[in-house]
Amino acid sequence: MTVEEHARRYPEVWRRFSPRQTLVRYAWYAGIVFVALWSVRQLEIPWLYFLDAHVQAADLLVRMFPPDWAFIEQVLDPLIETIHIATLGTAFTFIIAFPIAFLSARNTTYNDLTWLIGRFILVTSRSVNTVVWGLVFVAIFGPGPVAGIWAITARSIGFMGKLIAEAIEEVDEGTIEAIEATGASRLQVLWIGVLPQVLPIIWGTSIYRWDINIRESTVLGFVGAGGIGIILYSSINLFAWSEVGIIIISIFVVVVFSEFVSAAVRQRIT
Amino acid sequence: MLTITDLFKRYPTGQRALNGVSLTVDLPQVVAIIGPSGAGKSTLLRCVNRLVEPTSGSVVLDGIDITKLSRRELRRARRRMGMIFQEYNLVERLTVMENLLSGRLGYVGFWRTYRRRYPPEDIRMAYELLDRVGLTGYEDTRADALSGGERQRVGIARALMQQPELLLVDEPTASLDPKTSRQIMRIIVELAQERGTPALLNIHDVVLAQSFADRVIGLRAGKVVFDGAPNGLDEKVLTEIYGEEDWSTTAARGEDEDEGGKPPRRRGDMESEAAVG
Ligand SMILES: Nc1ncnc2c1ncn2[C@@H]1O[C@H](COP(=O)(O)OP(=O)(O)OP(=O)(O)O)[C@@H](O)[C@H]1O
Ligand SMILES: [Mg+2]
Repeated sequence: MTVEEHARRYPEVWRRFSPRQTLVRYAWYAGIVFVALWSVRQLEIPWLYFLDAHVQAADLLVRMFPPDWAFIEQVLDPLIETIHIATLGTAFTFIIAFPIAFLSARNTTYNDLTWLIGRFILVTSRSVNTVVWGLVFVAIFGPGPVAGIWAITARSIGFMGKLIAEAIEEVDEGTIEAIEATGASRLQVLWIGVLPQVLPIIWGTSIYRWDINIRESTVLGFVGAGGIGIILYSSINLFAWSEVGIIIISIFVVVVFSEFVSAAVRQRIT
Repeated sequence: MLTITDLFKRYPTGQRALNGVSLTVDLPQVVAIIGPSGAGKSTLLRCVNRLVEPTSGSVVLDGIDITKLSRRELRRARRRMGMIFQEYNLVERLTVMENLLSGRLGYVGFWRTYRRRYPPEDIRMAYELLDRVGLTGYEDTRADALSGGERQRVGIARALMQQPELLLVDEPTASLDPKTSRQIMRIIVELAQERGTPALLNIHDVVLAQSFADRVIGLRAGKVVFDGAPNGLDEKVLTEIYGEEDWSTTAARGEDEDEGGKPPRRRGDMESEAAVG
């Protein structure tokens, strides 16, 4: 082998991306920048308001202080109601999302129609925001926490159902075959073969969703669906900033707490 | 007694895995099925309990044609066939005891399954089998905490919990080291003999097949090309099954095969040979 042949066969240059790939990548970056600029133009943002935004924000903070600590008595009950709405909503979701997830997973559904029905429910649930669900259920049940619970449930079904269905689709096929080979019925296969494999995911997503739901249920009161949002809304409307301050602080405490619980529990399962 | 007649299997991909397999197992014997990768060994076993639907042909177990059964009848028939897998296929997150008892699912209703309450005689049988496969005291260990060899023992015990009339064993030792492989083979063969249960056993290791099987069936491209006693596996037959290769160290050396005599063949060797053939 001559030196040239050797150099050709064992070159010193190696690149991860070809020039073409690099070009494509920069084209994407340019595209993203273009879309961002275009959005800003379309929105016709009143830039003048930005000039004194920091002054306004500081002013708001000043007016929140000192927080009206006596007001906490009136915050406590709605705050607890908020937590209850999130918890009950998540519990109902747990029960309802379960069968829907099995319908929506390719490997456990009965036929194409049931799969389609399952997927339809999931998509519907996910495509509507919790607050909009709140409006719908306030119209049905009237204002109050019941509407809030159903709003949380309606939105969470799609979230949990989708994640559980994905977990079911990733279940180990061999295990399922082994259980089928013993002569087990379909239900037994689900119970013994599938369920143990997806249980950690089910617990994990439930607790994770509960954590999200605590945050979501704080604003449900804006549309009359119960919880702390109701007094937050009225305090804002009354420009009672010292009350708003205390409400925000208490929401913050609860959210941090729920996030902590959620993380701790999720770490212990799996 | 198992009679397979003219079994064909064509996968939706167009792959013809079985091209007219006929064979009869009428004695409680261990039948090793050997053949190169892709010969259709797994397909054949899985057609017997219809984890794979055969395209045509019949599989008759004690007078019942498995291929003609409805889903419900098939479930009843499957109870009579225990299956052991290469990848063990245990429910990883359940305990050894729960895995063993899952072998009884065909016999218990959903309510018992739901509450995980199995009949006392099943539980006793599970303890006995646990002892028999050498896992005494492991009942509460989770399957994902076991080694490969231990998992396969659980797999064997689960299959035997069915009190099967036929054992289907698909490469039980392919993921195990040579020593564990022999132990596992010995357990399977001994249990099959004790209970008078015939076993169809896919295996890549010709030497293992020779030392443990009563009968060997050679499969090539979905057809039976050899069916006879293990000592009939000479160089000519091995060439017929696997294709050209130097078989002088593998071909049958009669009954006197001793344990430590020669290093067992690695599975990898076999596969690369088969790929060429
Ligand atoms: N699910 C499937 N879909 C399509 N083709 C398949 C499927 N399973 C197996 N085959 C094909 O059928 C043929 C026989 O496969 P099979 O798994 O029965 O061979 P095998 O003898 O068990 O091989 P190995 O020794 O590697 O396990 C192969 O060509 C394979 O590609
Ligand atoms: Mg195979």
